[in-house]
Amino acid sequence: MKRTILLWISLALMVTALYLIFVIAPIERTMGIVQKIFYLMVPMGWLALLSFLVVFIGSILYLKKRSLRWDILSYSSAEVGVIFTTLALVTGSIWAKPAWGVWWTWEPRLTATLVLWLIYLTYFMVRSFATEESRGATFAAIVGIIGFIDIPIIVLATTLWRGLHPGALIFQGGLDPTMLLTLIISLLTFSTLYALILMQRISLKNNEVEIKRMKELSQPFN
Amino acid sequence: MKFWHQVISITWKDTFSEIRTREVISSVLVFTLLVIVIFNFAFGANQETLRLVAPGILWVTFTFTGVLSLNRAFIPEKEQGCLEGLMACPISREAIYVGKMLASLLFMLIIEAIALPVFAFLFNLPILTLPMVTITILATIGFVAVGTLFSALAINTRAREMVLPILFLPVMVPVIISAVNASKMALSGKPWSELASWIQIIGVFDIIFLVVSCLIFTYAIEE
Repeated sequence: MKRTILLWISLALMVTALYLIFVIAPIERTMGIVQKIFYLMVPMGWLALLSFLVVFIGSILYLKKRSLRWDILSYSSAEVGVIFTTLALVTGSIWAKPAWGVWWTWEPRLTATLVLWLIYLTYFMVRSFATEESRGATFAAIVGIIGFIDIPIIVLATTLWRGLHPGALIFQGGLDPTMLLTLIISLLTFSTLYALILMQRISLKNNEVEIKRMKELSQPFN
Repeated sequence: MKFWHQVISITWKDTFSEIRTREVISSVLVFTLLVIVIFNFAFGANQETLRLVAPGILWVTFTFTGVLSLNRAFIPEKEQGCLEGLMACPISREAIYVGKMLASLLFMLIIEAIALPVFAFLFNLPILTLPMVTITILATIGFVAVGTLFSALAINTRAREMVLPILFLPVMVPVIISAVNASKMALSGKPWSELASWIQIIGVFDIIFLVVSCLIFTYAIEE
């Protein structure tokens, strides 16, 4: 019931957001129509961080309480997060080509997003490297905690590194009020989408765990 | 006081076994020198290029060195069954972490103390200055703070030696960026004020991750 309501809300928000992005929002002066990717890229970057925050909280709670539901939360959020991080990198790349002429540039935000993506990757790899499931969950929780604490420092270092050569400013001066509204609606839309997909994934994972448990119970003498 | 007693005994155990066997320091030291020489073939067309890439070469070398010597922190313990004995002792897990970390720190600093003059000699650059030494010590503390935690984690996995670099390198990115840039400035003779922000980043990293790793360590090592 909750999920259906959320589905309709997010559908409505998405339609509104798309309308705002493509019809209402003004075309930016210097970059033209390509700048509109910004309304997709910023929410995805935001979600990449939000997902990792949820992974961080879930990881701490898992280590403290040892209850599987926290690990399921962390894992699901990491899955959704890595997808959004990949999309953030892809949209960033698509924007970079017409805007700056190259597919990739070691610009602070892109670089930090890339390192975040790598940390997500290690989150999943450490699970598969572990000898048993519960060990894998513990190790992934450790990576989740260390990785999240590292992110502000990574952003600081990459900004200092490249900030000396300001090659990539998103917009000179402030944001037009219409653009700001579009951005906020877009952020809201994607956050709702995140919540929806997360709930879906958690429920799926719960089913997976349940099926596995039933399989093990039905083969008692293995 | 008891805590530091326990820490010192673990550090001393590792140091003593190293003095006896000389496994870690000799092999890692030779590896370090080989890597420096090979990088020279890769990049060192002329003195100008060398001056540009030298900080990068130095820190990539030290990163590889760090991975190698940190792998040696726990893997032999697991193989010889020493780890169970260590955990059965009436020692707090934090003491094990700090003891192991200090031992790895000591080994890495010894290797760097030998590698840096060799680097200065081969590349003809002023390495042995106070800024460079400070950067090296701080960055090495960062390496061992996180590396000891991940090394303990790695022993309980399947692909042991590979797990440490995979986990460790993304997390170390800010330290590597800061160390390379600070070294670049130190080698050009810039004053402390310009190095300050980079050194602050490494310092903050060290403090945060020493504390966090110490707290999480017990989860990494338990059965």
